[in-house]
Amino acid sequence: MRVTVDSDKCQGHNRCFALAPELFDVDEYGTAVVIGDGTVAADLEDKARLAVANCPEFAIGIED
Amino acid sequence: MTDVYGPVSDWENDFDHAVPEYNERAHDIWAEFQASGCPVAHSDRYGGLWAPFTHELVHEIAYDTDHFTSQGVVVNTGRPLIEAPVGPAPPITSDPPFHNIARRLLLPPFSPKVIAAWEPEVRRLCRELLDRMGEITPGESVVDAAVQYAQSIPVNVIARMLGFPTEDEELFRGFVHDVLERINEPVEARLEFMQRLDDYLTEQIEEHRANPRDDLTSYLLGVEIEGQKLSIEHVRGSIVLLLVAGIDTTWSAIGSSIWHLGTHPDDLQRLVDDPEVMLFALEEFLRAYAPVTMARLVREDHDFHGCPMKANDWVLLPFPAANRDPAQFDRATEFVIDRQENRHGAFGLGIHRCLGSNLARLELKVAVEEFVARFPAFTVDGEVTWSVGQIRGPRRLPVRVDAIA
Ligand code: HEM
Ligand code: SF4
Repeated sequence: MRVTVDSDKCQGHNRCFALAPELFDVDEYGTAVVIGDGTVAADLEDKARLAVANCPEFAIGIED
Repeated sequence: MTDVYGPVSDWENDFDHAVPEYNERAHDIWAEFQASGCPVAHSDRYGGLWAPFTHELVHEIAYDTDHFTSQGVVVNTGRPLIEAPVGPAPPITSDPPFHNIARRLLLPPFSPKVIAAWEPEVRRLCRELLDRMGEITPGESVVDAAVQYAQSIPVNVIARMLGFPTEDEELFRGFVHDVLERINEPVEARLEFMQRLDDYLTEQIEEHRANPRDDLTSYLLGVEIEGQKLSIEHVRGSIVLLLVAGIDTTWSAIGSSIWHLGTHPDDLQRLVDDPEVMLFALEEFLRAYAPVTMARLVREDHDFHGCPMKANDWVLLPFPAANRDPAQFDRATEFVIDRQENRHGAFGLGIHRCLGSNLARLELKVAVEEFVARFPAFTVDGEVTWSVGQIRGPRRLPVRVDAIA
């Protein structure tokens, strides 16, 4: 599994970083970036889904 | 106070969010509109006002900066004197492309990591307010959680950030009350209190120019757009914004959350037994009791899903109603303390996402944590009064303390 952030849609609500800091970081403008290439370790898959389910701007994607 | 409009008898055609009944009954009013075939209210008050109540319509308007301008975001009897794209209080009153320029100046001091450093200070402040409540007898003592607690937290934090004297706390609350709650008074009255606010801020700004220091006011005086320092109007407008956006909003969020816990003992107990649930509870407080409704002005006459909107009409953006729309959320009207899927729009949607959201979350979380840590059992006991206007929250919140930790 891999997560992605669409930086055009992200408005910096910071929900992903709060829920899954292992997978997302935020820059000094509050915009989210994925950590590394976005690959999700098996034990973090639930957190990745949680981040998707809480992004108000529908900016996070998951690829299997 | 002179309310130029008077009470509402017909919510569909003579809508007014600034009558006290609106915030008292808001949840029912929204549910009625969402269930009716026509989810948009209209009124001739304020020179023309529309109010859509579904998530879909609120979302659409928030994203549509072509038809709707942010030049005015607080509905009132007048119209803003400074035009788009800058507006009187950048970036909230700015439209693209200027909006992004003004917003980027303010984002770094409010970024998650910079704000996280304020946590010890916020916690200290909350504890001090709890200490100041004095001797408490469990089962008997009644404290006002809005007046003695919630209302002092954000105003102290933002005054410190701006480098303003915290003794002026009462004055700041007065300014915010004028701007946000005295919206149905004649234009002349509004101009007069706006002038008082401007005069106070001009004085503070001059003082900072003479003695620059490490605070937001000095920061705004130092930053540049394309090699130019900001105009005094821009600096003052942004400070007005931070004061107005930072105080009643967060006070309301803290108050509503404590109101919920004081009327729902199971949720209070869950938070006491399982403090980790706060990660989700925080967002559910924000969803179910979102305090902030924004507004836009219609740019040019246009037909919005059959609503004949006219240039310069106001349009409310009730994010709190969108957050309780059953078409968007499961069990929308219920408070689900550990809700797993929660794409709420309490901080807005689209380009104006609340710049202070990291600070607001920190204040709300710490305020509720500290209150519950000190008073693990309490019950709302007495008459609760609610704010009027676009910011919704309790202004008097008597709670009986049933246990002290
Ligand atoms: C729970 C508390 C708060 C809530 C619910 C809230 C809500 C909102 C909402 C809904 C908007 C969007 C405005 C729009 O679409 O026109 C907004 C914008 C804004 N808020 Fe907040 N706010 C809160 C606290 C704060 C605090 C503490 C600050 C800063 C001290 C702040 C500063 C701002 C600013 C500067 C904007 C304008 C952003 C822009 O236009 O780009 N807010 N807020
Ligand atoms: S939750 Fe969505 S909008 Fe918020 S920072 Fe993450 S990607 Fe951006």
